Amino acid sequence: MFGKSKDNLEVYLDHAATTYVADEVIKAMEPFLADSFGNPGGLYKIGREANGVLNDARKKIADILHAMSDNIIFTSGGTESDNLAIFGVARKHIKHGKHIITTKIEHHAVLHCMKKLESEGFEITYLEPDSQGFISPKKVREAIRPDTILISIMMANNEIGTVEPIADIGREILKYRKSNNTEYPFFHTDACQTAGVLELDVEKLHVDLLTFNGSKIYGPKGIGLLYKRRGVNIEPIIYGGHQEFGLRAGTENIPGIVGLAKALELAQEKRQDENMRLVDLRNYFWQEIQTKIKKVELNGPDLLSNEYTRLPNNLNVTFLDIEGEALLLYLDAKGIYCSTGSACTSLSLDPSHVLAACGKPHETIHGSLRFSLGKRTTKADIDYVMEYLPGIVEKLREISPVNTRR
Amino acid sequence: MENNVAKIQDKDGNSWLYSEKVREHFFHPKNMLLNSENFDLSDYFEGRVGSPACGDEMVIWIKIENNKIADCKWQTFGCGSAIASTSVLSEMLLENNGMTVEEALKITPQDITERLGGLPARKIHCSVLGDQALQLAIKNWKKQALI
Repeated sequence: MFGKSKDNLEVYLDHAATTYVADEVIKAMEPFLADSFGNPGGLYKIGREANGVLNDARKKIADILHAMSDNIIFTSGGTESDNLAIFGVARKHIKHGKHIITTKIEHHAVLHCMKKLESEGFEITYLEPDSQGFISPKKVREAIRPDTILISIMMANNEIGTVEPIADIGREILKYRKSNNTEYPFFHTDACQTAGVLELDVEKLHVDLLTFNGSKIYGPKGIGLLYKRRGVNIEPIIYGGHQEFGLRAGTENIPGIVGLAKALELAQEKRQDENMRLVDLRNYFWQEIQTKIKKVELNGPDLLSNEYTRLPNNLNVTFLDIEGEALLLYLDAKGIYCSTGSACTSLSLDPSHVLAACGKPHETIHGSLRFSLGKRTTKADIDYVMEYLPGIVEKLREISPVNTRR
Repeated sequence: MENNVAKIQDKDGNSWLYSEKVREHFFHPKNMLLNSENFDLSDYFEGRVGSPACGDEMVIWIKIENNKIADCKWQTFGCGSAIASTSVLSEMLLENNGMTVEEALKITPQDITERLGGLPARKIHCSVLGDQALQLAIKNWKKQALI
């Protein structure tokens, strides 16, 4: 019964992990692989051409962010950008202070940097979210100390889709700086989950540093950037050349950079219509799950038709009394791909730190699945999932010794 | 097959690949107790280990006749390898007209893992709890037998 899928349908519902590359993006990148392959540092014609392409891409992205071209530092991806922002500020401003504020629900690309800095003598405050994952601007303000040099808070959470009030937090930080007549603390946000979803105006967000990458917005993998406000000084973490204003050494990844610019442009152009489509589809999915499967719980913010408190493509659900990896493997056998917060699929064997920080008990976390929809997801895909999901849940509950009363 | 085993048990245990045998027992588990069938367990002895909070919970029920495992039922809350390892344990207990109690007490997590054609290294510690559940069930039988 649960053998290999007969019709070979594949339904990819893990867009928060990574996305396929859009056709337009592939097309835009293609000339820069074998033909216009020059090093932008070269003085000869194909070098100068590559340099022109680099500047154009930088300008295009800067315009979308309402930033200046020299604010954009290209990196190898979201993880490197987070590392550059955090270690870059920490190492440059260590004389001013060794206190950093972040949250318990950040991506490991941020949290593991913080752990490393703790081992180097920094003090890190980890703010607690509420039960839906929201960080309160007031709590951020209260955590600031005279020796706080950096605040790093994600724009939206990758597991439960909570969109943080970054602009409000940014305003609180500005107020603090003004009334204390200081340039500290700097404010960084990881926008990897939102670059294709929300407006990315750094002026409205009041951020000093902002991370995002190509691989979550239908762009290529291996490319990302850090926006850095003028006047915010950071220390590089990679040495070996003068590229990227001396802040990130290494020959520029021109095909990647062109692809990133194109992907951002496309995503931002279409985001409002696409967000509405995804919200409807996601809400339909949850409606179907609730109708056809008993004992399910929604993790993360309420599903409103408003797209600004939860990522429009995110659905995180706990199926009580069963375990996420088992569910995931049965779904995989049907060609349905999603992820789980269960400990069983993490290298550390720890259950999701995000759901734990939201106060969820371990058994709830172990039974959680994250579905993240995307560009190619259709209602037919959701209906295909719903053909199998209720039966799979039923089968696993039949052999489960756990029966949570509700 | 040998290659496959090597792959799923690589040195640092970083692979997630399950062997064919694990997949077979996970997708087509044997001897499980279905919640819907109201099976009569009055002649069975129970052993329960783990908890859903830890990520795995297993229950084994055994019926013993003439010092042999005459029947075995189980339930598992847990991941793919937890389900597969309980299923394969039940198969080991029941083959050749049932294992003797003494033989059953000697089963180790390694025996179960080997029978499965290997498991990703870090899965062994948490997901192979069946031997403990079995020992508890036998202990409960022995207690009863004394009375």
